[in-house]
Amino acid sequence: MTETTSPRRAVPLWIQITVWAFLVGLLAIVAMGLSRAQQGTVQPGQRIDDFTLTFYSGYEWDGRSEIKLSDLRGKIVVINFWASWCKPCEQEAAELQQAWTEYEPTGEVVFLGIDYVDTETDARVYLKKFGITFPNGPDLATKISQYFRIKGVPETYFVDKDGVLRYVQVGPFVSIEQIRAQIDPLLK
Amino acid sequence: MLRIGELRLETEERRNELKMKRKILTTPQKITGHRLFLVILFASLLALALFSVVSAQGTTPTDDEVNRIAKKLYCPVCENVPLDVCPTEACRQWREQIREMLSEGRTEEEIIDYFAVTYGERAAGDPRDKVKAYLIPVVAILLGTAMLVRALQMWKKPKAAEAVTPAREAKPIVPRDEYVTRIEEELKKRS
Repeated sequence: MTETTSPRRAVPLWIQITVWAFLVGLLAIVAMGLSRAQQGTVQPGQRIDDFTLTFYSGYEWDGRSEIKLSDLRGKIVVINFWASWCKPCEQEAAELQQAWTEYEPTGEVVFLGIDYVDTETDARVYLKKFGITFPNGPDLATKISQYFRIKGVPETYFVDKDGVLRYVQVGPFVSIEQIRAQIDPLLK
Repeated sequence: MLRIGELRLETEERRNELKMKRKILTTPQKITGHRLFLVILFASLLALALFSVVSAQGTTPTDDEVNRIAKKLYCPVCENVPLDVCPTEACRQWREQIREMLSEGRTEEEIIDYFAVTYGERAAGDPRDKVKAYLIPVVAILLGTAMLVRALQMWKKPKAAEAVTPAREAKPIVPRDEYVTRIEEELKKRS
């Protein structure tokens, strides 16, 4: 008795490897996305990489239309992410402006307002409405917010004179004391 | 016979009569001119009204025109929500911006490019540089796979060459048939 068996055609090796390579690549992308999502914002103690902020006309710093973070080495930098469509941002707008008025004359503190995914027209209305005078500019192509991995607006980052992040405020400040509590120790 | 004085008088009367006739004759002409003026004025106003309607359409794009572009963009705040259906304030502002840009005569392509540059590629959804976004990863994976396959083949060949030759020499017959034959022999012995 003889049994006839039809030979099974094996899938070529290169196809198998290609399929596996695509699957592994896809899993790697998903893993990277998940890991990034769980990472949270940049953490205190981390040195902040250099970035460039282009200011809105009328909201320049020291007459300059754009600035690099590294240009502000030796100063405390308060980086505030906001947007005109953000209601919680309105809660802290007055406190931030008051703090800027207090610290600007010292020349040791610089506030940078970074306008997150906003239209310039609405941003200007917002700035005027709350009488904000500290340097402000758009987050072009969301590069800065992506670097800081912000979770929303408002978020405020306090960078010391050496360019190291010292504190992250997620959500609005409820009083000016909260802002002073972060800046004053860095001034000493 | 008319005297010079009478003649003058008559001539004067005649002249007045002629003036009156001329006046009567010219009056309708003046009316026609006035009508013509009114017609021109009316036509001008009508043209102006039509022009203003056309220009109004040009300056205020409709919601449909705005949404046609908005549906190709994505909300910056909510993940994967097209701009035309997103109810957030940020999206409302963006739609207004599209309207303004359309009023300025910017094309759809220009508007989407502006959003991609200002708010990042993810706002545009569809990558602007498709070659970079799609072709390069696929080519990179294929090249990597080809290199891996080649490396595996080179790694397997020497061992295969050593192992396969003696095995085939030892078993020239199809193993299946030999096995069946042995079973049949065993069965014969037992029966």
